[in-house]
Amino acid sequence: MTLDTLTGWARRLQAREISSRELTELYLGRIERLDSGINSFVTVTRDEALAAADAADQRLAKGERAPLLGLPVAQKDIFCTRGVRTSCGSRMLDSFVAPYDASVVERMNAAGAVMLGKTNMDEFAMGSSNETSHYGPVRNPWDPERVPGGSSGGSAAAVAARLAPAATGTDTGGSIRQPAAFCGVTGLKPTYGRVSRYGMIAFASSLDQGGPMAASAEDCALMLNAMAGFDPRDSTSLQRPDEDFTAGLDRDLKGLRIGLPREYFGDGLHPEVRRAVQDALAVLRERGAEPVEISLPNSGLSVPAYYVVAPAECSSNLARYDGVRYGHRCSDPRDLMDLYTRSRAEGFGAEVKRRIMIGTYVLSAGYYDAYYLKAQKVRRLIAEDFRRAFGEVDVIAGPTSPELPFRLGEKSADPVSMYLSDIYTIAANLAGLPGLSMPAGTVGSLPVGLQLIGNYFDEARLLNVAHQFQQETGWHQRMPAAFA
Amino acid sequence: MSLTSEEVRRIAQLARLAVDDREAEGFAAALSDIFDFVEALDGADIEGVAPMAHPLDAEQRLRPDQVTEPDQRDLFQGIAPAVEGGVYLVPRVIE
Amino acid sequence: MEWETVIGLEIHTQLNTVSKIFSGAATAYGAEPNRQACAVDLGLPGVLPVLNEAVVRKAVMLGLALEAEIAPRSVFARKNYFYPDLPKGYQISQYELPIVARGHLDIELEDGGRKRIGVTRAHLEEDAGKSVHEGFGTMTGIDLNRAGTPLVEIVSEPELRSAREAVAYMKKLHALVRYLDICDGNMQEGSFRCDANVSIRPVGQTSFGTRTEIKNLNSFRFVERAINFEVARQIDLIESGGSVVQETRLYDPDRDETRPMRSKEEANDYRYFPDPDLLPVAVHAEAIEAIRAEMPELPDAKRERFARDYALSARDAGALTATRELADYYEALVAAGGTPKLAANWLMGDFTAALNRSELEMAQSPVAPAALAQLLARIQDETISGKIGKEVFDAMWAGEGDADAIIAARGLKQITDTGAIDRIIDEVIAANPSQLEQYRAGKDKLLGFFVGQVMKKTQGKANPAQVNERLRARLRGD
Repeated sequence: MTLDTLTGWARRLQAREISSRELTELYLGRIERLDSGINSFVTVTRDEALAAADAADQRLAKGERAPLLGLPVAQKDIFCTRGVRTSCGSRMLDSFVAPYDASVVERMNAAGAVMLGKTNMDEFAMGSSNETSHYGPVRNPWDPERVPGGSSGGSAAAVAARLAPAATGTDTGGSIRQPAAFCGVTGLKPTYGRVSRYGMIAFASSLDQGGPMAASAEDCALMLNAMAGFDPRDSTSLQRPDEDFTAGLDRDLKGLRIGLPREYFGDGLHPEVRRAVQDALAVLRERGAEPVEISLPNSGLSVPAYYVVAPAECSSNLARYDGVRYGHRCSDPRDLMDLYTRSRAEGFGAEVKRRIMIGTYVLSAGYYDAYYLKAQKVRRLIAEDFRRAFGEVDVIAGPTSPELPFRLGEKSADPVSMYLSDIYTIAANLAGLPGLSMPAGTVGSLPVGLQLIGNYFDEARLLNVAHQFQQETGWHQRMPAAFA
Repeated sequence: MSLTSEEVRRIAQLARLAVDDREAEGFAAALSDIFDFVEALDGADIEGVAPMAHPLDAEQRLRPDQVTEPDQRDLFQGIAPAVEGGVYLVPRVIE
Repeated sequence: MEWETVIGLEIHTQLNTVSKIFSGAATAYGAEPNRQACAVDLGLPGVLPVLNEAVVRKAVMLGLALEAEIAPRSVFARKNYFYPDLPKGYQISQYELPIVARGHLDIELEDGGRKRIGVTRAHLEEDAGKSVHEGFGTMTGIDLNRAGTPLVEIVSEPELRSAREAVAYMKKLHALVRYLDICDGNMQEGSFRCDANVSIRPVGQTSFGTRTEIKNLNSFRFVERAINFEVARQIDLIESGGSVVQETRLYDPDRDETRPMRSKEEANDYRYFPDPDLLPVAVHAEAIEAIRAEMPELPDAKRERFARDYALSARDAGALTATRELADYYEALVAAGGTPKLAANWLMGDFTAALNRSELEMAQSPVAPAALAQLLARIQDETISGKIGKEVFDAMWAGEGDADAIIAARGLKQITDTGAIDRIIDEVIAANPSQLEQYRAGKDKLLGFFVGQVMKKTQGKANPAQVNERLRARLRGD
């Protein structure tokens, strides 16, 4: 059977051309056959998936409608799933079977989704290469010697290899968009507060945001319809009326003002990536969009500000992993201090520890003002840059990542160069803005991503622009040969 | 800026992370690099800028004072490393 | 050298909500371990706090009662430290921007004067769980039922100058939170507990000495004793050439001493920062006015009103308004017909004594205000004397019925018939000729003897004033 998109499958399920069980078995079979090469899943929930598919088939038979009814999807292993291990890519939570569902999971289940399993990720979402996972690195389906990006590398690789038609991701500094770019899929980080964080294991609470990853913008819109919405259990959840994100996909782009920040096309950008991005922008221009050169003068400060704010929050968020109530506990602790220090040293990997150390340091007595407070002020400067820019333009466009997917191990020894991989994506998290990455071309066989950043609550517009682009181009339909 | 192994140990102690000598040196080097990188913030003009703790300018929502959570002790303690008679066990705490 | 004591109190007041500050788990006291600890209280991965509305309302009420500033915008921060009874590894508390600041509380001094004590701030925070040290061998058990219980920490200025003042302040605050019905005030259960910061300095010195903090004092008596011990200890230490070390200490009531707390030896670095899971708490002017409108009358206002409306002495008015329950009882008593002064005397005297003797709370009193009012009415209308009234009261307390029934059943009705009284007086005079002679010779003191004899013969049922008057006349030979 030819592989379809999420939207295509939805149509075929409703037309009863295929059953949810058949569809689920198709993807479970692909995971079984093909995942060993890329390691994109940490847990496959075959039995639960088939049971959910059967239940969906019954609902379909009754003529019920729900946004994701009968559609198989993968959940990033950062979302708590009741009765299923939720590891967050960490040894610390290797034994953690979540006693509840994350709000996102609950919403998707209610919308009829069939969970195939949990996808691999950088440990606690800290990484840009998916090499920090306790369960081993994920490999890029386009070139297994290269990384898929991170931290939602498992979700991106699984969608790229068509082991799932769609998956959830989370994005704290680019963790949906950068792996989407590296793997040639479409991924959306919504406005902060759009998708509930309840049950989504926290990395940096003021930056974390869940979002969809799929082959196309249309599929992401369908996913977002199920994922987004007000949640009383999350104090930072937005109280806004529900939106149908698929409704505006077909609007044309005439007169759309696209801001091109000159800082996003500077020295650090790989020349071939630049070329691919410029070709993609030309397509948008042909469809009526008007490019406007803009400046985001504080862009260069976003990565340094992020590497104060995110570790600070992470050092506190990860204090709960102490070996007392759940998670890894060292054997035979001598005393309480030993229980704490050894459980945590054994349970966390190197990158997580590094960030806990940074965060503990920047919050400690005597350093708070010099680091944390300063970074929070810079954060406002960055948000102000965007506020000014959105006075002039409708969306901002540029490369998602300055570079192509790099080789496994290439940056492991140099954290700072790894951090710079997120140089174009981090600012949207600091400001809380929605951002999208879509496949915009290739260099050799490797995908290049185009990033769109929108104003607050303007996800529909980002999806509209991406969809219009995808009507004109076929980059999002490409599939790595080994997985066709 | 460069961190000493002693500073690293103090931070590790605050963060409750056991580190051996080799790790302490590794952290000292890596953290020093990162703090050098973060020093770029010193160049920012932040005079009179209010710190931004949240992306959205909103107020805390309040929930009604109602009991909504049932007793789920058995479920929660099913994933605990050490419990006895309903309490979590830790090595003796001296006050 | 003359030393001056400097004390500041931090009082942790548990707010009497039904659910926790950030979760929907119950706060009831005494549940089996961890049965009231939900996912949020346990700090499970991914769960998030949502603030309880009642907590904000009660804190604002306290702020208004302390005539403090209510912050239009207050912020929750995380206080980071590791401890097994602190599930998340941080306590959510207010740090730089508390909900209440710059208030005050007036206390009554022993010399009858008043002193205004500044309240620096009152901030909201979550309580920690409890460690159970007995019964688990080499292990400690952790019960997180209390984790997440709402607290308001009320911090005084270091303006208290003796253990007595500290206790007076604490009692005043205790009465206030009970008046406001924001705390159950149960000190045994830890609902109202105190940390005392204590230092000494030579009289006349303006700078502060090094202070120690005595943690977790949960009774007025312990506060007084712990501070007195600590002051004596610090004076001894300094006078013998030593110096006070800034540290946290625990009071041991069995040994009546304070000693350093071992677990707090490590220098703390709490790394406070705004909690990103919670947004700033806004309290708008309209909300404040709505809360003000539903505030009960406060102790000081009530005391002034009692003194004015019931013509009571300042002392009586103060005693009757010491607790809201006593004041409410008093007003019910007066409303049911008790004359203010008599009602005050009875409440502060026999009634309070009976409560203490039976170890009962006001609410458990077997004698309701209306019943007591009936008794007072019988004293006022001279059906019985005050002395007989005590006997009737004891019988009422023992559950023998209402005042009229007891008076009737026991035949206690006062004799007011002058003829009957005169007959008894004549009998008494006739039976004591030598005393009569002495009295008539000028030994006036013997009047008491004759009164006693008459009262004895009437079994106390004669009206003492009447007996006095008539005896005088008869003894004179009128």
